[in-house]
Amino acid sequence: MTSTTRDTPLRAVHERLGATMTEFAGWRMPLRYGSETAEHNAVRTNAALFDLSHMGEIAVTGPGAGAALDYAVCGWPSRLAVGRARYTMICAPDGGILDDLIIYRQAETRFLVVANAANASVVLGELQSRCSGGPGGSGGRSPRETVVTDESEVTGLVSIQGPNALGFLATVTDLPLAGMPYYAGAYGTVAGRDAWIARTGYTGEDGFELFCAPADCVPVWEALSATAPGGLPAAGLAARDTLRLEAGMPLYGNELGPDVTPYEAGLGRVVRLDKPGDFVGRQALAARAAEGPRRTLIGLIGKSRRVPRHGYAVLSDAGDRVGVVTSGAPSPTLGVPIAMAYVSGDTTGPFGIDVRGKTEPAEVTGLPFYDRRK
Amino acid sequence: MSVPAELHYTQEHEWVAIDGGTATIGITDYATQQLGDVVYVSLPEVGAAVTAGEPCGEVESTKSVSDLYSPVDGEVVEVNEELDDDPGLINAEPYGLGWMFRVRVADGQATGAALLSPTEYDALTKSAG
Repeated sequence: MTSTTRDTPLRAVHERLGATMTEFAGWRMPLRYGSETAEHNAVRTNAALFDLSHMGEIAVTGPGAGAALDYAVCGWPSRLAVGRARYTMICAPDGGILDDLIIYRQAETRFLVVANAANASVVLGELQSRCSGGPGGSGGRSPRETVVTDESEVTGLVSIQGPNALGFLATVTDLPLAGMPYYAGAYGTVAGRDAWIARTGYTGEDGFELFCAPADCVPVWEALSATAPGGLPAAGLAARDTLRLEAGMPLYGNELGPDVTPYEAGLGRVVRLDKPGDFVGRQALAARAAEGPRRTLIGLIGKSRRVPRHGYAVLSDAGDRVGVVTSGAPSPTLGVPIAMAYVSGDTTGPFGIDVRGKTEPAEVTGLPFYDRRK
Repeated sequence: MSVPAELHYTQEHEWVAIDGGTATIGITDYATQQLGDVVYVSLPEVGAAVTAGEPCGEVESTKSVSDLYSPVDGEVVEVNEELDDDPGLINAEPYGLGWMFRVRVADGQATGAALLSPTEYDALTKSAG
């Protein structure tokens, strides 16, 4: 952990755009450029650019890389086809979530693991130790050497998200995008610069994430920005948070943490108990899968205009505390307050939320709050 | 960032326009920039008694909620009902259409002497970074 705040390669661009900057996981990041609501709406209706260069990128390479990752994470990366991506988690031996990850298989013997900025060093350390000790690792004896490399310093990340993202990106890349499935990626160029172009995101919209060299971030950003008359809007972390919340996507530190298993977060599907061989957390997670939920992640829609926030108590009809809000915000798309919350066991409500001393009614709703396909 | 010279200010980033015995109150440009987009404001009711330095409402933005403090003692005589339908007025025109409520001030407070001058407020926001 460093005590100094780091800048992304796009700092000068953010300054020129008049961004309000904030510190996030040790990085100086754009919170918003103007109205975060307008930025949110641009992603829902058109497209916008994000600087995500704070994310951690870790390469796992070698002939045994797939098997090594199968031991290190909950998912089944060795089954990924080249050019495909999967959302997964890395857990502690007790089943607690250390981070949620996207893993791309970039080549037969190369995987790119993308970690949250705040967890990047933890994930790197765990991958280094697990990939050398597991079945695919060198382990001091195996000839199938697996190499774990921290590529965060040599990787920038620009994202374009929104229903029109493909159309804008297509004008500045040599990669044919139309046939690319969601959660896939390929090497190509953007504005003539080499990039790993992936159809992934964290907004609930179609979109692309462009991993490139730090020195190429500005030209890639500028070329994308210039694809729209008047410039594509930029969106900051404030919009990113409301977009992912509407899409029902968990945020590490809010819905996910070392005291939460994937099952409680409603993401038991990422735990591949059906894969062969051992993996870190298997025993604890198998036991959790067999028992009922200790708590459940639910969606709530506020019935008043007062907004549930992270940490507010969820109350039963009788006024007893039965849970806690993990994320809450006024939803720009729905126009009402929305929240995700953990409630004990399988409590079904009705629920109220203690909003600064006064109970506000809330209605349980399925996640996500917003689904672009509906 | 705008700090109009004809207004008075508070530590809680409110502005006060004093006209005779009536104070009009809103939040400053600086406050709106800190809050982000305001989505809802809860205002005191007309006729309510308010006390300087005490909460009398709340301001909800995308990222946070803040108490609204009354800068003066007195009785609320009018609230900006437009804000109920269009809280974005607070961000768009914090010193104009985004005004929040009016108070008939108690005797002796009509000079704004207990409030911050524009110069003092400007210094406060700069020291806050």
